[in-house]
Amino acid sequence: MMRLRIGLCLASVFAASLALAQGGTDKRRSGYQDMGPSLQRMQDDGTSNPGMLFVQLGAEAWAGPAGAANKACADCHGASGATMKGVALRYPAIPEGADTPVDLEGRINLCRTTNQQAAPLPAESRELLALAAFVAHQSRGQPIAPPDDPRLAPFLDRGAAIWALRQGQLNLSCATCHDDNAGKKLAGVTIPEAHPTGYPVYRLEWQTLGSLKRRLRNCLVGIRAESYAYDSMEYVMLELFLMERARGMAFEAPAVRP
Amino acid sequence: MANVLINAPKTAKRGEVIEIKALILHPMETGFRPGTNGSIIARNIIERFTATWNGDEIFRIDLSPAIAANPFVSFFAVATDSGTVGLRWSGDEGFQVEESIAITVE
Ligand code: HEC
Ligand code: HEC
Repeated sequence: MMRLRIGLCLASVFAASLALAQGGTDKRRSGYQDMGPSLQRMQDDGTSNPGMLFVQLGAEAWAGPAGAANKACADCHGASGATMKGVALRYPAIPEGADTPVDLEGRINLCRTTNQQAAPLPAESRELLALAAFVAHQSRGQPIAPPDDPRLAPFLDRGAAIWALRQGQLNLSCATCHDDNAGKKLAGVTIPEAHPTGYPVYRLEWQTLGSLKRRLRNCLVGIRAESYAYDSMEYVMLELFLMERARGMAFEAPAVRP
Repeated sequence: MANVLINAPKTAKRGEVIEIKALILHPMETGFRPGTNGSIIARNIIERFTATWNGDEIFRIDLSPAIAANPFVSFFAVATDSGTVGLRWSGDEGFQVEESIAITVE
């Protein structure tokens, strides 16, 4: 971490309640709990979390008209910055009139193409990440709540199957690391339980905000497996599985991760 | 469009030491990395950050390519008079951003 600090920098903590949001009999751990106190403070402090820069960019994009319809997100969804509260907690979901799920970025792009009549924003583009961060941030602190939609069951099952599938030159499954060896070290890194609580996240290694898909691609590359195409249903199914596995855990977007 | 987050107190007691923190969106491209086509991506960094209090410079740093993207700067100042703290970032490709905050000293 090469961030510049002059003098003694004791960041103030505004909302350090995330670690307490779980607990009791729930033994699940967010990646937040595996980080040191200085990174936790960086995430909690709204003016030192670089993810908040993207939330700010997202607020601008939200207000700006786009596409042949010349409409802004705010024209239909309101300008208060609070109308998307709770939305990120229940994606991936099946949008009205469709029969396959989309994730949050996919839902935003649906509004781009159908409601704004604009080109979809490219995966990992700054504007798409910023809009996703702006929407997701409104659900911060709330419990993850996937929709109880029976039509999701087959997708969820496929996600669970991919999770358990050994793949890549290292012949490892997601479960090998994140279920069987979570909490242990891989090189110098603590293997987290892989909960999607903080996405999009500001990852220090990336030096930017990134989506859950990008994180999953990193893990696939790590086991030397072939990554799925960015727009493939495999990611949506994995995301669906991860959200179900994290049901009830506190949402932290935009989180900070090493 | 510049994107900055500033954290500073709105009020301070005369003589109090206050901390001012600022975060800015910037790629801090080192000038040493090859791009996907193999050729070096041009350097694009913030070279200098300065802070003024009612126009007088109180703090300055020169940044280097080794500093990560979206640099976070934190520094301390003694609150003397009410007024405006100006923050200014400048660098490659004509990068130039100015922000100011008001601090009331009682
Ligand atoms: C012309 C009106 C219109 C515009 C412009 C528009 N949307 Fe939508 N949006 C809708 C409608 C209609 C729905 C589906 C009904 C619903 O779920 O609220 C929707 C649904 C959504 C949802 C899912 C909400 C949920 O509760 O599941 C998200 C997220 C969303 N829009 C984001 C955006 C973003 C981001 C933009 C700007 C890039 C945008 N929308 C632009 C009309 C619009
Ligand atoms: C060889 C072990 C290993 C395998 C196999 C693996 N991962 Fe990971 N994964 C990691 C490590 C280590 C990290 C944390 C990286 C870091 O912090 O630098 C991580 C991080 C994650 C995260 C981010 C968690 C957070 O707190 O943000 C998710 C989600 C994730 N993995 C999902 C998966 C999925 C899905 C698969 C299967 C396709 C998978 N991983 C396969 C080791 C693994």
